[in-house]
Amino acid sequence: MRLLKIKHKIKVNLWSGLKHLADGSTEVEIYANTTGDILTSLVEQFPSLKDTIDAGVSIVIDGKVMAYSLTEPVNSENEIYLLQRIKGG
Amino acid sequence: MALDNQKNREFKIVGTRPDRPDGLDKVTGRAKFGADAYATGMLHAAILRSPHAHAKIIRISTEKAEKLPGVKAIVTREDFSKKVTGENWNVLENVMAGDTALYDGHAIAAVAATSSLIARDALKLMEVEYEILPHVTDVDKAMGKSAPVIRAGASDKSVPEGLHPNVVRYHESGHGDLSAGFEAADLVIEDTFKTEATHQGYIEPHACLAQLGGDGKGELWCCTQGHFHVQKTCAALLDIETSALRVTASEIGGGFGGKTAIFIEPVALALSRKTNRPVKLVMNRSEVFRATGPTSSTSMDIKIGMKKDGTITAGSGVFRLQGGAFPGAPMEFTAMCAFAPYNLENVKQIGYDVLSNRPKQAAYRAPGSPMAAFAVESIIDELCNRLELDPIEVRLKNASREGTKASFGPKWDRIGLVECLEAAKQHPHYSAPLKKGQGRGVSSGFWFNHGGETAVTLALSEDGTAALSVGTPDIGGSRASMCQMAAEELGISYDKVRTTIADTATLGYNEVSHGSRVTYASGLATIKAARDAVKKLCARAAKKWNIDEEAVIWEDGFAKPSGPNAGDFEPIPLAKLTKSMGRTGGPIVGHFEATPEGAGVSFATHIVDAEVDQETGRAHVVRYTVVQDAGKAIHPSYVEGQYQGGAAQGIGWALNEEYIYGEDGRLQNTGFLDYRIPVASDLPMIDTVIIEVANPGHPYGVRGVGETSICPPLAAIANAVSNAAGVRLKELPMSPVRILEAIKNKT
Repeated sequence: MRLLKIKHKIKVNLWSGLKHLADGSTEVEIYANTTGDILTSLVEQFPSLKDTIDAGVSIVIDGKVMAYSLTEPVNSENEIYLLQRIKGG
Repeated sequence: MALDNQKNREFKIVGTRPDRPDGLDKVTGRAKFGADAYATGMLHAAILRSPHAHAKIIRISTEKAEKLPGVKAIVTREDFSKKVTGENWNVLENVMAGDTALYDGHAIAAVAATSSLIARDALKLMEVEYEILPHVTDVDKAMGKSAPVIRAGASDKSVPEGLHPNVVRYHESGHGDLSAGFEAADLVIEDTFKTEATHQGYIEPHACLAQLGGDGKGELWCCTQGHFHVQKTCAALLDIETSALRVTASEIGGGFGGKTAIFIEPVALALSRKTNRPVKLVMNRSEVFRATGPTSSTSMDIKIGMKKDGTITAGSGVFRLQGGAFPGAPMEFTAMCAFAPYNLENVKQIGYDVLSNRPKQAAYRAPGSPMAAFAVESIIDELCNRLELDPIEVRLKNASREGTKASFGPKWDRIGLVECLEAAKQHPHYSAPLKKGQGRGVSSGFWFNHGGETAVTLALSEDGTAALSVGTPDIGGSRASMCQMAAEELGISYDKVRTTIADTATLGYNEVSHGSRVTYASGLATIKAARDAVKKLCARAAKKWNIDEEAVIWEDGFAKPSGPNAGDFEPIPLAKLTKSMGRTGGPIVGHFEATPEGAGVSFATHIVDAEVDQETGRAHVVRYTVVQDAGKAIHPSYVEGQYQGGAAQGIGWALNEEYIYGEDGRLQNTGFLDYRIPVASDLPMIDTVIIEVANPGHPYGVRGVGETSICPPLAAIANAVSNAAGVRLKELPMSPVRILEAIKNKT
């Protein structure tokens, strides 16, 4: 048996306004290898988050804001935060 | 793309101050702005707008207008897509009202005629039957129990139960234990602050020239901060294919975020489709005020606790923003920026996005952040005054630094706030004596900055010059900095590079020029595209010398062997390689297409001296210093210009500018006579200090600079005026009437 792929256990910090959409928690654990996986897993685990995620979110990895990327690698060591999509004037 | 190892890098062009490439065009009138376009057979359009703040549209009668000689077509909501959803639906609803007029100035119908005069006459012949509905324009009243519901069911799932339906989005973030934090403080201050909506105040009104045929193919010329966004949105609103519409961005007479939104382009396209003729549509100033995006107005409750030594023990803020009759007020940014300059153990911020009967708000430089700074930094100043502490020392003591936890959660990457505060403390302005009647104010401010989708092409010509095509409209001098970065990489002079804002048929998708992203993202793309071209140039030299490509290096515009082992060859200049490129492999073009994700955040600290006339209540700014982290200033004069522009707009916002609504919900001041932006005599010389703490996410270390400069001014000016007046000013603008009232109430 060959282990071809394993997803990392990731702790995602949500802003507290999402607490009521994520079973009352601002820290949730999901399995993911990329930023895209994070969003997919969040919606799978907490379907109520779908509208918020579809409306646009950024993912912060160790202080670096990823406004769009679905392919950025993540692992269990990263500090991950979900933020509302960063834009500007 | 990470920061280059710059320890030994000496820039030759980056960091210098060459003449602007668009200067001659601008001063001679050769530059073509939105309203400068003409086409054979062109019609002129005008838009009928609601005179009511909130009204049901019962009937629109166009028969009389249609009979007016010269009138060629009229469009209403029926002429647009029925399929749009989400934010596109909001845009369409704003571009042309559906069954309800949601604010004074809301578009109801539009006409195309053979002259502008006939088009405007036709508007007078249109008859609209309205059923007037109750309205609300104040954010606090819009949340009250008795407020009319503007759009039932518009709230998203973030909104807690029990709030008025006009609250459509909700934000909450923070960490720690607020109660414990306030308990640990020696002094706690809580207060409420308000700011009025202000307009971006760009000098050029919105204008466009549209041509759309029955085959669904079209051309659009418009003044915009993002023509690819215009293309995508117009295609959706008109049910045509995106690539069938080619959009060209004109020169732009100011944007400041207000031209990231779409107002008239779909209307001109719809009229063109109906008439099969080109249609020109130009807003007048009154329309710009009534129907294009101002900022949100705000109402904010702030509470901060501090120890006698200046340590901030806790901070909380509730931020209520109205964004007009559509969701989107930037309350989450207000909330997240509010305490960003401070390393707080206990902090909480709450934001409400509230509907009102006003125009759809649009971004204005760091949307949401300046208002937050006004409220929070005012309380910090008051705490410093009461505890007799130096305001910069307190800010340094509590400053966010690399590795500290941001008020909205994550740990900070490398940031330059401390460097800004230290430079402000050392600046002669900070220790200069004040005259009688004057006060000094200090404030910090924060903005995130942004990357976004970006595509760039750099084509070399036979004569060794370079044509750089970017897709981000130049709203702040970006063509100069792009030329500099390309020239730096290619090793040619600045004037050998020409940068053009390419149309939507020429490049891949480019996100709007917003989020202070252009010098960062298009700059990064330019560097990468130039390096791609350099790689190809080296390959041509390698072929000529019959050595490996890896054995060729690029230095100062020459291909050279990488060392003695590579061979002894005479270096070849760029112009010699390009002269023969057609016979050595074909044209040499560098590309880069990506979504850079390394935009570095930015902080600033401003120092302001103001004096207040105690008899008239007039406040005047007498000295102003901006200190801001640019990461790396590509063209320092443009960076300084951005700093000064943010301060100047902040002075207007703080002292004079405001949307004034009557009891009838109609905007009272729809021109520059009554809506007073600063003129030269209102402004002191604005001194600037550029701090350079390199952004790890850009090869040269660039951070965006266009927005952060407007974050501290409202607060810094309010602190200066409050200290001069001897009373805390809590509402913007600080007009003479408000200042006199505050002075009167103090005594």
